[in-house]
Amino acid sequence: MATSVELSTEEGGTYSGPLLDVRNLHVEFRTREGVARAVNGVEYSVDAGETLAVLGESGSGKSVTAQAIMGILDSPPGFVTQGKIIFQGRDLLTLGGEERRKVRGARMAMIFQDALSSLNPVLNVGEQLGEMFTVHRGMSRKEARARAVELMERVRIPAAKERIRSYPHQFSGGMRQRVMIAMAMALEPELIIADEPTTALDVTVQAQVMDLLAELQREYNMGLILITHDLGVVADVADKIAVMYAGRIVETSPVHDIYRAPAHPYTKGLLDSIPRLDQKGQELYAIKGLPPNLLHIPSGCAFHPRCPRARDVCRTDDPPLYRVSQHRASACHFWKETLGDDSVPSDDT
Amino acid sequence: MSDTTLPKDPEDAAATAAEAAVPDAATALVAEAAAAQLADREPILQVRNLVKHFPLTQGIIVKRQIGAVKAVDGVSFDLYAGETLGIVGESGCGKSTVAKLLMNLEQVTAGEVFYKGQDITKLSGRALKAVRRNIQMVFQDPYTSLNPRMTVGDIIGEPFDIHPEVAPKGDRRKRVEELLDVVGLNPEYINRYPHQFSGGQRQRIGIARGLALNPEIIICDEPVSALDVSVQAQVINLMEKLQDEFNLSYIFIAHDLSIVRHISDRVGVMYLGKIAEIGSDAEIYEHPTHPYTQALLSAVPVPDPEAREHRERIILSGDVPSPANPPSGCRFRTRCWKAEDRCALEEPLLAIPTRFANVDTPAKHESACHFAEEKDVVGAA
Ligand SMILES: Nc1ncnc2c1ncn2[C@@H]1O[C@H](COP(=O)(O)OP(=O)(O)OP(=O)(O)O)[C@@H](O)[C@H]1O
Ligand SMILES: Nc1ncnc2c1ncn2[C@@H]1O[C@H](COP(=O)(O)OP(=O)(O)OP(=O)(O)O)[C@@H](O)[C@H]1O
Ligand code: SF4
Ligand code: SF4
Ligand SMILES: [Mg+2]
Ligand SMILES: [Mg+2]
Repeated sequence: MATSVELSTEEGGTYSGPLLDVRNLHVEFRTREGVARAVNGVEYSVDAGETLAVLGESGSGKSVTAQAIMGILDSPPGFVTQGKIIFQGRDLLTLGGEERRKVRGARMAMIFQDALSSLNPVLNVGEQLGEMFTVHRGMSRKEARARAVELMERVRIPAAKERIRSYPHQFSGGMRQRVMIAMAMALEPELIIADEPTTALDVTVQAQVMDLLAELQREYNMGLILITHDLGVVADVADKIAVMYAGRIVETSPVHDIYRAPAHPYTKGLLDSIPRLDQKGQELYAIKGLPPNLLHIPSGCAFHPRCPRARDVCRTDDPPLYRVSQHRASACHFWKETLGDDSVPSDDT
Repeated sequence: MSDTTLPKDPEDAAATAAEAAVPDAATALVAEAAAAQLADREPILQVRNLVKHFPLTQGIIVKRQIGAVKAVDGVSFDLYAGETLGIVGESGCGKSTVAKLLMNLEQVTAGEVFYKGQDITKLSGRALKAVRRNIQMVFQDPYTSLNPRMTVGDIIGEPFDIHPEVAPKGDRRKRVEELLDVVGLNPEYINRYPHQFSGGQRQRIGIARGLALNPEIIICDEPVSALDVSVQAQVINLMEKLQDEFNLSYIFIAHDLSIVRHISDRVGVMYLGKIAEIGSDAEIYEHPTHPYTQALLSAVPVPDPEAREHRERIILSGDVPSPANPPSGCRFRTRCWKAEDRCALEEPLLAIPTRFANVDTPAKHESACHFAEEKDVVGAA
């Protein structure tokens, strides 16, 4: 784990690095059944105006990493045990509680999958949006209310003036997600983390919401971390991708390259197992086996029990994040072969 | 579940219309099947003008009906032996309600469901029980649809309590072990509880249970929506394998259009309680003629960044209207970019559009739009 390659080193005298740079982050949950190593050395970075998609199956540590960045980790039982979270040049993990809260409120914001349970059910949306301005910007209630209406118009909620007195449950799923986006946008943060923002929505509404998010991001030149397991959404909006498996980044790449030629067998398996809308294939490729148990992560490469390429070294040696090209990295001993391999994997499931 | 004959609402115009549409089931249907492309095969299930309205009531002590949620409002289709009919549509369009009506888990407001020529909505008692054996269901949520206090063996074997004729008491354990094996689970897991399995494994348990009574039809309501991509592929492959092995017919309900295309032979697109368009998978995905289908397809993210430049996306404005108060005329008109005055006045019927009736084209399939025309939105030909 200590061998992981530093991917971003272009710092000068004044800070000129990425907006957010997560380095060798480790998070564990100390539970009654044992220690669950949910995040094991995550490395990723995002620049202003850039969209990083974080991909990986359920339980791979996508949300926990995001919670650690936001400083909202459920602790205990969750603890950050190692690593750095450098935001605009400062390691957030060294900040005190009050300073951290300020960063979280004004400079980075999060959008959750389930808007209904993350909005306050007993406050109307106007009050919730307005609170952002009264608490953080010291505005009067009247001013805050006017700003709230503006924001709701900005996220295209029709009849915003009237709807501002509505409660979250009175909105449809798509509208609630737009209210969440409005809340996140309120203080014009530099970084937004969207954790599965459209998973709960219908395709047509999903497209509306993603479009809105992308438009706002461009306009405000924000960094966006988009957590998702939908490879389709990723292809549509991301600049680069980080693929997670068992709490680690197994591959990072610009979006075009990864779809053309994945450098990690897990990424390849994921891409091969999705049915395509524009093709009707035969049997789907399926990654064999089950996602790992975080209480007992396999030795060596955590993916080895499911990997069609695994050899002896994979069972013993944990692969570092090898640099594949200037902007790509893969945590696979055999990334070269994987890259060159265009043959359909044999299916033995 | 009630075993009584299902009452009809005499005031419901749709019901009367539906009855008129199928005067003499046996002869009419044979004629229809012969006309169909799949002339050599007889439909195993024929759904005619299915309607389900849920009453909306007001008042706590004295309940008054103030309206109805028109969850399903005139749905017709056929299902053939060994085929998969996919049903897609946005949340709330009535997919699950259709499934429940076919399973007789809800009473129909109007309409017929013919299983091998027999209207099962009118059956009761023993006759209904016999039919039910042949139509089974697999549910969406592998986490909550299995009773956490029952062992896997009890869950899969439970259908035998109702139909002991399928597996006599002494044979049950063996039969359950066989079923576990069929769906790729270790038969030694028979005494484990659901929480000891992963999502994909639980979905396999649900499928094993669905197979227990050797049904002919399995209705799958979002069977893989809750699963990860990698696990999803395992379950889909399993379902296809079982279909071949046992000549099963599937009705496969999902909102993921790519998965539906992968598994389906024919696809029906639902919008607000009605079928907007229905046809073979190539007809629907490569030659859609209904604006809603076109919008739905264009909104699907395609996992290929190069394809994004070549695709035209139709972003629909607004949300789906309430099924309690659907728009007049064409239900899609409030979101349709092609809507004209006629669309508000006259309801488009699900039929082969007249302009395509005499031409040999994949656009020649049923579409409920006054202005049905082709538009390639997927970017594949
Ligand atoms: N509060 C907690 N207590 C104990 N374990 C936790 C807690 N929160 C998360 N975990 C564990 O950490 C691991 C990573 O979870 P995480 O939520 O990051 O997954 P994810 O990649 O976001 O998955 P999903 O796609 O399902 O959201 C999981 O195994 C989870 O069970
Ligand atoms: N028991 C009920 N009482 C009243 N209304 C109902 C009932 N069941 C369903 N509905 C309504 O009927 C409509 C159709 O619901 P249904 O569950 O069939 O939709 P669906 O297409 O399966 O949606 P989803 O994709 O979200 O599962 C919805 O508006 C729903 O609120
Ligand atoms: S290191 Fe070995 S087991 Fe891991 S992904 Fe590469 S080939 Fe597979
Ligand atoms: S009938 Fe009119 S409103 Fe309906 S889909 Fe066709 S063009 Fe659109
Ligand atoms: Mg998550
Ligand atoms: Mg449903």
